[in-house]
Amino acid sequence: MSEPVLKINHLKTSFRIKDEYFAAVDDVSLTVNKNELLAIVGESGCGKSALAFSIMNLHTRAKIEGEITFKGQNLVNLSTAELNKLRGKNMGMIFQDPLTALNPLMIIGDQIGEILLIHNKNMAVNERKQRVVELLTKVGIPRPEHVYTQYPHELSGGMRQRVVIAMAIANNPELLIADEPTTALDVTIQSQILDLIKDLKEESHAGVILITHDLGVVAEMADRVAVMYAGQIVEIADVYTLFENPLHPYTRSLLNSVPTTNEEQSKLHVIQGVVPALQNLPREGCRFGPRIPWIKESAHEKNPVLHEVSPGHFVRCTCYKDFHFPHEDKEEKQHVIS
Amino acid sequence: MWKFSLRRIITMIPQIILLSIVVFILAKMMPGDALTGLIDPNIDPSTIEEKREALGLNDPWYEQYANWISGVLHGDLGQSFKFKMPVSELVWQRLVNTFWLSVLTLIITYLIAVPLGITSGRFHDTWADRIITGYTYIGFAAPLFIFALVMLWIFGFYLDWFPTGGSVKPGIEPGTLDYFMSKVYHMLLPALSMALISTVSTVQYLRSEIIDTKQKDFILTARAKGASESRVYNRHILRNSLLPIAAFFGYEISGLIGGSIFIENIFGYPGMGQLFLNSILLRDYSVVTALVLLFGIFTILGSLLSDIVLSIVDPRIRIK
Repeated sequence: MSEPVLKINHLKTSFRIKDEYFAAVDDVSLTVNKNELLAIVGESGCGKSALAFSIMNLHTRAKIEGEITFKGQNLVNLSTAELNKLRGKNMGMIFQDPLTALNPLMIIGDQIGEILLIHNKNMAVNERKQRVVELLTKVGIPRPEHVYTQYPHELSGGMRQRVVIAMAIANNPELLIADEPTTALDVTIQSQILDLIKDLKEESHAGVILITHDLGVVAEMADRVAVMYAGQIVEIADVYTLFENPLHPYTRSLLNSVPTTNEEQSKLHVIQGVVPALQNLPREGCRFGPRIPWIKESAHEKNPVLHEVSPGHFVRCTCYKDFHFPHEDKEEKQHVIS
Repeated sequence: MWKFSLRRIITMIPQIILLSIVVFILAKMMPGDALTGLIDPNIDPSTIEEKREALGLNDPWYEQYANWISGVLHGDLGQSFKFKMPVSELVWQRLVNTFWLSVLTLIITYLIAVPLGITSGRFHDTWADRIITGYTYIGFAAPLFIFALVMLWIFGFYLDWFPTGGSVKPGIEPGTLDYFMSKVYHMLLPALSMALISTVSTVQYLRSEIIDTKQKDFILTARAKGASESRVYNRHILRNSLLPIAAFFGYEISGLIGGSIFIENIFGYPGMGQLFLNSILLRDYSVVTALVLLFGIFTILGSLLSDIVLSIVDPRIRIK
């Protein structure tokens, strides 16, 4: 029943800083199945966007190693020309900021039409226009005929994101990558856009990768969740398991940082410190260790690997067994870890 | 777009009026007037005073301005002391020469700037880019009048490929093909000299604009669509990068005016720049005033042109 659309094996994406390469995505393996929404969560700088961009190879200067299997081909070895046949046709991408993702000098119709034209040179002009209008209607844009001739600056942020989505789904891709699609939008629009993505997924049975840092979004949308920290997946599980039985200290800290309305809370939980800069990432031992210093050294593995704790539920490092929030005796959410 | 252009033209009118007032006041502030210097010193000062009264030189400045501006509006810019002919006639001949020289300079400027800018921007941090950037630095550093002299010496005098002065070979019937070719031939070296220097800012603009546009998010969108590299460059990067060049176009015109003053004097080309410098040296005030007014109007027209061109190419500026 679960048919994999995308398989990532030991992916390593490195960027050059001065004369050395540093891995922003370090040994990531995951699969996305047909009609499945996989959410990738993590703080800023943990490598989730770098991972998404690696799949379509949109990085300009990065070294990508490993295996990305899509439609029987390893994307890492493909030339740009070969990749261009897949980009926009078999895989679509929804970007973070709809305000900058559209070409300001092209009308909406031409921008969506372009993706049809690139992958089907024989389509008649009329037919193409009809298809664009159809797509605009599908993503819920009112008066599509009128919007067709408008420029991006004449549309609101939410409308532009709908246009970006229309572009991403134009050729009915098997894989849709949404890189924080709602970060730049206000809350009411956010839920509309998310509903739209979910509806489109249900309709097309595409595999979707949703990059986000919003756990509310994850709970609502995802089928499976991968939690990333410092370039690695620290925990991966289906959405129910993850929210009911989070194991990794990072996942638990993240879930604990979500403000709730039904509890009296004096202070919000804050994870101590920040994700270290790329060139300062600890390459040995548990990468989250430095941010939970009250956990004793011996709880961590030397070379943490993913352990399957229950079917489909993987956790990196053994430190989850000994993890507790500081001052556990008091009510745990009242504390700032520091 | 028409509405925008019209509105822009209307806002230009007060600018020109203000300019004419400033030019007039500056002219009035210059020492002396038509009755000093050129008059027989034996004439009774009271006669001069009477003449001055009759010519209206004792009127308040705004009345004199009103007289002068109504003359200007009727095409009467006064008489040139030096050439003994109406300023408007004198300026007109020179204006035509300068106009064609400027057109040729602009054409050469863009012929150089666009390919160099694109190469340098697209392949930045390569050897080609370094050579082009090196050229632009030399262009920025080299003063136009020195560079033009060197060009004149090499190509006009030493190699003898081009004429070293004038705007046309004497004795050719105006209107014939020979006449036209001779005109172009005379313009070529001055235009090339000016273009080689004035193009560097455009090259730099285009280069940095392309490098900037390359990193914009919508380029990523285009790549994610599966657009080929050439499509990304031609349809997305280039068009967006040419916007500031269009905006810069009008200021290029003001630059040409400044450049023509050097170039026309060095190459002995009978245009407005040469006339301007000569008139200052000969204290031919009515010509100087007329030319300053014209230069000012051209600058204003240049920025008008920029705005209109920009409104054509950039939909965000159009007011609907």
